[in-house]
Amino acid sequence: MAKIAITINDKTIKVEEDSTILWAANTIGAQIPTLCHDFRLKPVGACRVCVVEVKGEERLVSSCATKVWAGMVVQTDTERVHNARKAVIELLLSNHPTDCMTCEVCGNCTLQDLAHKYDVRESRYYAKPTGGIKEDRNRAIQFDSSKCILCGRCVRICNEVQQDEAINFIGRGFDMTIGPAFNDSLLDSSCVLCGQCVSACPVGALVEKQAAGKARAWELEKVHTVCGYCGVGCNIFLNVKDDKVVKVTSEVGTVPNDGNLCIKGRFGKDMVHHPDRLKEPMIRKNGNLEEVTWDEAFDYIADKLQKIKDEDGPDSIGCIASSRCTNEEDYLMQKFARAVIGTNNIDECART
Amino acid sequence: MSFGSGAMTNSIREIKDCEVLFLIGCNPTEAHPVIALEMKKALKRGATFIVADPRKIWFAKHAKVYLQHKPGTDILLISAMMNVILSEGLEDKEFIKNRTEGFEEVRELVKDITPEKVAAEVGVNAADIREAARIYASQSEKTAIFYTLGITEHTCGTDNVRTLANLAMLTGHIGKPSTGVNPLRGQNNVQGACDMGTSCDKLPGYQSAYDPVIKEKFGKAWGVKLTETKGFSLPEMIDEADEGGLKAMYIMGQDPVMSEPDQHAVKRALGKLDLLIVQDIFLCETAKLAHVVLPGASFAEKDGTFTNSERRVQRVRKAIEPIGNCKPDWEIICEIAKRMDYPMNYASPKEILDEVASLSAHYAGINFERIEHMGIQWPCPDTSHPGTQFLHKGKFTRGLGKFFALPHRAPAEQTDEEYPLILSSGRTLYHYNVGTMTRRSESIAQKTNDCFVEINNIDAGRRGIINGEMVKIITRRGEVDARAEVSSKAKEGVIWMPMHFAEASVNKLTIAAFDNITQTAEYKVCSARLEKLAG
Ligand code: SF4
Ligand code: SF4
Repeated sequence: MAKIAITINDKTIKVEEDSTILWAANTIGAQIPTLCHDFRLKPVGACRVCVVEVKGEERLVSSCATKVWAGMVVQTDTERVHNARKAVIELLLSNHPTDCMTCEVCGNCTLQDLAHKYDVRESRYYAKPTGGIKEDRNRAIQFDSSKCILCGRCVRICNEVQQDEAINFIGRGFDMTIGPAFNDSLLDSSCVLCGQCVSACPVGALVEKQAAGKARAWELEKVHTVCGYCGVGCNIFLNVKDDKVVKVTSEVGTVPNDGNLCIKGRFGKDMVHHPDRLKEPMIRKNGNLEEVTWDEAFDYIADKLQKIKDEDGPDSIGCIASSRCTNEEDYLMQKFARAVIGTNNIDECART
Repeated sequence: MSFGSGAMTNSIREIKDCEVLFLIGCNPTEAHPVIALEMKKALKRGATFIVADPRKIWFAKHAKVYLQHKPGTDILLISAMMNVILSEGLEDKEFIKNRTEGFEEVRELVKDITPEKVAAEVGVNAADIREAARIYASQSEKTAIFYTLGITEHTCGTDNVRTLANLAMLTGHIGKPSTGVNPLRGQNNVQGACDMGTSCDKLPGYQSAYDPVIKEKFGKAWGVKLTETKGFSLPEMIDEADEGGLKAMYIMGQDPVMSEPDQHAVKRALGKLDLLIVQDIFLCETAKLAHVVLPGASFAEKDGTFTNSERRVQRVRKAIEPIGNCKPDWEIICEIAKRMDYPMNYASPKEILDEVASLSAHYAGINFERIEHMGIQWPCPDTSHPGTQFLHKGKFTRGLGKFFALPHRAPAEQTDEEYPLILSSGRTLYHYNVGTMTRRSESIAQKTNDCFVEINNIDAGRRGIINGEMVKIITRRGEVDARAEVSSKAKEGVIWMPMHFAEASVNKLTIAAFDNITQTAEYKVCSARLEKLAG
């Protein structure tokens, strides 16, 4: 693609001609705040937090939705820009609850960060927030309508990316909110509980229900790893507190999934701490599996395998590796069969 | 194999740029949801979809041509498409001449397989087959095939795969960006497990376990002399156990009682073993039969790597301490080996991967440092190689691409008066394989937690079955009760069941008939009948 020259904050750079101002600014590290923007979505330029000054343009323009042109001159942080952004935030906060101290996403909220950055302590237009946590029998996703800023990211990710068309804007004017048609439970809609809407929400309106109340944002250690559920191999972040996986998140820009996850990746982590997890080795004694020490189990296995190998030959033993285990473990299992036992009797469940 | 490696030839990020997507025997929105999102991007950008599947899957509704073919007729369908391509001169003659061998036999084979001739047997309109063939052959440069277990889980699974490869080579739709043949791998590390040499005839890196030179190399690295004797696949091990030849099995992270066909026979065979060791994170159905059960650690509790469908080797990281007294599987294997006087001294999985890299050319350039931030796609022959985005560029792994002329073979079991319906099985979005993990998630189990059977409205109407009622599914091997889901999703004459539910295990019903090369079971076709429950 052809490159063109533009000037941002007095710095001239070359960018691909179909870039947006936001994208171009990103490449030189000029921070432009956004709220309704998500790189996974078509830009709509609705919230006007990302406005910038463009030479020759009378109005401020939304940087997320405006493409660059050759010779464009942009200022991302003038006083005029600052005041415009501040006004937008004030308006958003005018009917937003101010209960940050108990909010689930405190410390990880774009609106909170912006209020801090633009020093909006109270809104000139304050009106009591309406709505609250919606009752919904689904156990994955919680929606708090009072916190919703109607940026539409959830609606767009559901319709554009997921194409599940489960939620949309409903109602009008002050009563406008988001949800499934007739404001039913998500379980009665075409929702597949992927939680993509949660990942897109910049505030605390959509959160993981099971994680609610379990941790403050800054207490969570995020461990970058790979989903254990299917061959797509999505990159995930296990959010850990006190040696417990509290929730799973994703990050836009990671390969191969670009921040997208499905229900299994985002909500399937419960199995890790499930009470049914096996915790001790067991040996069958008098017909029942009884807990033993690792030492006893290891000795028992080594003795028995050795005996069978000696008496019936290595080919009377078979080993099965797993498409759920790591490469290193599968490698060792086949090495165990071939080098320790001395047989080619090795297989796994590749076929299923 | 036709090209010389069994893996997705393209990358996930190339999917959105595809202009024609031919989906056959796969259901991405359910089985590979995030890959489906990339396909949906392609759809939004105006890509044309051809979908062939007995079930009316999500993409079928958005396809230009939807072929609701009968399970087990894939070869006929694809051969008829090739017939059209050849008779209308749509093949890529240059490509066939320069990059392939064996073409004439295929031309000969498909000469008489016209869409009109096979339409009835395949169960679709001849005109639709023609249109599908024309779209696939001529419309665009960026044309890719995607398939999964709907193609492989047949007694003719290997033949199905090779026939798809024929189709791709015939049109030259291989070895370019967004252009190729892509098996989407089911479980998270199927690709990696295959790469690691966990099959009886293949050492790591798909090197033959029976080739003297290769055996020598591995024997030297491992300090042993490797055996001459051919090994058994899992189904063969089960047979051997049943007949008394196999005495012990050590099973890691697998539940053959649930996942293998003909459950009754599997249980009987495993019951005869002198020693059954099962290493898992839950007391799965197979573990319930074991003499020794070892608690393994989940992916959140250990370090290592997984290799995804696009051949990308990625870091798995330990996030929490192992639960209770469980241990990472690699540590367990090392300890048993040590006590059998074979030292396996690895300080960490990092060293194990280094050993893999030293023995397998695909992984030669891959190590923990290099994949710290982002995974690398094999083949990666050395540590300065960036990895390989798509395969077979300019040249196939095996040199020339090979056409295999393969006639249609009927499934192992045919429908008859007593068992008039075809039973197919597979997975749903909400559960993983045999369900031991996902059914234990509160958020997920709520979506579907009981076994169901999809029935076409016409078949249901004939039997007086209404949506939601419990019915009995009977095959020659057993019977299972499930809730009827009546709709037009299933094809008339075909019923479909998910595989995830132990209490109504579909593998009580399935047939132990296998592809003779891959030993994959025919989960996609057996004969069944439906009965209303009494009362
Ligand atoms: S969970 Fe997924 S399908 Fe459901 S509303 Fe959110 S984005 Fe849409
Ligand atoms: S998040 Fe979903 S699509 Fe991604 S790897 Fe996990 S199971 Fe597969």
